[in-house]
Amino acid sequence: MAKKLPSVDVVLVGFGWTAAILGQELTDAGLNVVAIERGNWRDTSTDFAVTFAQDELRYYFRHALFEETARETLTFRNSGGQTALPMRKLGSFLPGTGVGGAGIHWNGMTWRFLPTDFQARSHNTQRYGAAAIPDTMTIQDWGVTYDELEPHYDKFEYLCGIGGKAGNLKGQIQDGGNPFEGPRQRDYPNPPLEMVYGPTVFAEAAKSLGYHPFPGPAANMSRPYTNPLGVTLGPCTYCGFCEKYGCGNYSKSSPQTTVIPVLMRKDNFELRTECEVLKVNRDSTGKRATGVTYVDIEGREFEQPAEIVILCAYILHNAHLLMVSGIGTPYEPKTGQGTLGKNYAYQITSSVNAFFDDKIFNPYIGAGSLGMVVDNFNGDNFDHGGKGFIGGGYIACWNTGARPIETHPTPKGTPKWGAKWKKAVAENYLKTVTIATHGAVMSHRGNYLDLDPTYRNIYGQPLMRMTFDFTDNELKMSQFLTERTAEIAKAMKPREIKENARKGHYSIVPYQTTHNTGGTIMGTDPKSSVVNRYLQHWDVSNLFVMGAGAFPQNPGYNPTGTVGALTYWAADAIRKQYMKNPGPLVQA
Amino acid sequence: MRKLFCTAVLMATVALILGGAASATEFPFAKLQKGKSLVDAGDCVACHTQDKSKPFAGGRPIPTPFGIIYSANITPDRDTGIGAWSADDFYRAMHEGIGPHGERLYPAFPYPYFTKMPREDVDAIFAYLSTLKPVQNKTPRKELTWPLDHRDLLAGWDWLFFEPGEFKPDPNKSAEWNRGAYLVEGPGHCGACHTAKNVFGADKKSETLQGANIQDWTAPKLVGDDRNGLGRWNTDDIAEYLKTGRNRFSGATGLMAEVVVNSTSKMSDSDLKAIATYLKSVPSDKEEAESSPTKSAMNAGKAIYADSCAACHQAGGEGVARMFPPLKGDAVAQQADPSTVIRVILEGAMTAGTQKQPTPSAMPAFDWKLKDDQVAAVATYVRNAWGNKASAVSAEDVAKMRKKLAAGKASPETVGTGAKLEPQEQQ
Repeated sequence: MAKKLPSVDVVLVGFGWTAAILGQELTDAGLNVVAIERGNWRDTSTDFAVTFAQDELRYYFRHALFEETARETLTFRNSGGQTALPMRKLGSFLPGTGVGGAGIHWNGMTWRFLPTDFQARSHNTQRYGAAAIPDTMTIQDWGVTYDELEPHYDKFEYLCGIGGKAGNLKGQIQDGGNPFEGPRQRDYPNPPLEMVYGPTVFAEAAKSLGYHPFPGPAANMSRPYTNPLGVTLGPCTYCGFCEKYGCGNYSKSSPQTTVIPVLMRKDNFELRTECEVLKVNRDSTGKRATGVTYVDIEGREFEQPAEIVILCAYILHNAHLLMVSGIGTPYEPKTGQGTLGKNYAYQITSSVNAFFDDKIFNPYIGAGSLGMVVDNFNGDNFDHGGKGFIGGGYIACWNTGARPIETHPTPKGTPKWGAKWKKAVAENYLKTVTIATHGAVMSHRGNYLDLDPTYRNIYGQPLMRMTFDFTDNELKMSQFLTERTAEIAKAMKPREIKENARKGHYSIVPYQTTHNTGGTIMGTDPKSSVVNRYLQHWDVSNLFVMGAGAFPQNPGYNPTGTVGALTYWAADAIRKQYMKNPGPLVQA
Repeated sequence: MRKLFCTAVLMATVALILGGAASATEFPFAKLQKGKSLVDAGDCVACHTQDKSKPFAGGRPIPTPFGIIYSANITPDRDTGIGAWSADDFYRAMHEGIGPHGERLYPAFPYPYFTKMPREDVDAIFAYLSTLKPVQNKTPRKELTWPLDHRDLLAGWDWLFFEPGEFKPDPNKSAEWNRGAYLVEGPGHCGACHTAKNVFGADKKSETLQGANIQDWTAPKLVGDDRNGLGRWNTDDIAEYLKTGRNRFSGATGLMAEVVVNSTSKMSDSDLKAIATYLKSVPSDKEEAESSPTKSAMNAGKAIYADSCAACHQAGGEGVARMFPPLKGDAVAQQADPSTVIRVILEGAMTAGTQKQPTPSAMPAFDWKLKDDQVAAVATYVRNAWGNKASAVSAEDVAKMRKKLAAGKASPETVGTGAKLEPQEQQ
């Protein structure tokens, strides 16, 4: 029997980026806010100190910062006819757990999506005709525009101290920035990181081919920065341990280094760690959330009543929580009816290695978002006429750190082990540049999330089941990007190159990216979306669902910038509209 | 008989309630506010709190060179606090160091400073303390060795070292200077930590605010020496440090972090400016550093610094203002007594988060990573690199500090974190 606790204004489920931002915004508005996080308390000095933060074995290979599959995992299959099996070891993506969530172990690439990305269906239909979008491709417009999100992108970038070079200031294209980006009202708060040799050579080659390389927008501090909340970050040391690691130098934006020091000081905020929410409760009408039920580390159950419930966990958990709470209509791929779990999407990546004899790149000098990027083939920045696919991705030369256990590029024909392999690693480690592609994945009728009929988590709840595969659209698009990348690589004049194209079925085993999207998608119509344009649940108006689950399809950029912008956008709507007049913010 | 007894109890209760109400009306708001600000300035909560959920209820062990003294419960609980005290009792304790039963108080309670406070200020403090929630908390008995456990001996101590008397303003100085002098010498009792003590634990008057070692921290000198005092700090720097815990030169850690959080960050800007004005006027003899670091220690220290320190403190020791304290020119690094330098390298440190500077930046512990001679080398290096000058640190110095810290180590979980130094703010 759950113990019923005193009611609060807002309960936040999970305590990563979105919850930290909402906690700050809603306590500022005078509300009493409680955040409930399944993992433990973590802070820079206690958990990621510089004396031990750079430990590949502990953090990457033994998954010290990631979700524990023994407690919670998912089952996977490529298509509906198969039987899904549980992931007993994480692979293709690495969800976080604990305070700060995956905001602890991200690289810090902080993008804005293109204005046309938000109108994926209407824009592509208009430009290429209705036939360009196959019946099985279930893409849709977001219900929010780039212009509406612009101030909220700005707010997130200034919170984080993003370093970059604007490419479009109020419609004026800027030399050295991304000329394809949407207009921004002002430049980034910080200049780009100091550029290293590999990306510099890449940028010269890309320029010689007529492209427009620019420095990637980075949440790794290019200089000391104090954000608008008064929290200070230190300058990045280019140690090369960002992705899969916590930052010991206060140099990478995370909830801990930007919001939490201010939020934790507030009397109207409370954080409960090592408490896992099992259910969102509703009243007898089913139209109103009454709070959540959670279980603490000692197995005691509590009911936390609240006026507003906001799901801020990772996308897979937000969708899962709605499913096990029976909120919304589960998506049914055969009929296309239902919305919950619909349009799960991912990203498609590939790479090209360029091996040199005459250049030393010192690739261990790195930062999560240190690199040069070409955006000429992202979104609809190029004519897709006759190409047989829509969408695109960026081509980038990142120096994220070339950590020694993880990174040993070898040329084609090198054996996988033994003396010859060792010799090849020693010869090539310093003399190799890797260029990556980062591509969009459109949503498709057969790609979705639902509950597994067989496997259960430690609480006895059915696991989430993921059904996903790449389709022709993605594979063609990725092949196109890989070919362009190989051309740039050749223009760098290396001894040889090696193309690592993505082909065939999606495999959930090798790491690719933690950019899972969809399942709780946003839109303009309750028939085709779970939440409205303010991330408010269509059926339960005091329930909001944050995160990349709202993306109706996945554009060709890292998602965190847009997740941050959508969170500020939703917080603004709650403060300015919902608090004055609680109820649906959009009439269905 | 029973009925009569009940009536008597009832009447007594009514009398108590009425009495309580009557005494509450004696304290107008302005007086309570003044009392609160003096309680903040005096940082009473720091010593008089052990359990953070029971502020002012006493029981915190105060280590002295003579043994442990436990702070008193100063909530208005009648049995275990000061609820039964009169304003006269309270004034006598503050002004003369004598308790309500005529017993002499140990000077770990800094009445040699509080004696400077006029009756009006002491009454305001008493009025404020009387509004706190009474907490029943019997504090432990002192743990002093014979003969120091005999309070009568304190009469001799008082006769030798204690001069009761209120602060006398200097008519030749500005009102601001006089306010600062009063706060420093009176309620702020800065010298309790920053003035060296004689063998009897009394302030060495000739060394006022010249720095001292307290609980194995170096309380740095607060006088105007450029190298290891406040010489390079202007009044704005001092005020910013006290208000926010940081300035362009330094960040408060250890005991001073507690002082900033509990006390100085809550003081008014004008009082902090007054303190700064006064401190800048305290005369100082320039102290020449004896320094003869060996070349091998400096070379080893430089290499260790590059590997372990430069990421935050920067290659040239210039640090990052208000985030990672600069070591080049740093006064704490160049104190004659290297205790703080050694200690911070061994167990790490955390700055205080304040309203104005919420980021609690921290340095991790290196005790598990560096050996005694390595700590000595890097400590010697930061004390003598980039124009710094201070005595070399030996491996023996480090070994001694390591032993002391190990004796006080709370639990294995805090090793390598510096977490045990995290000051918690009182709400």
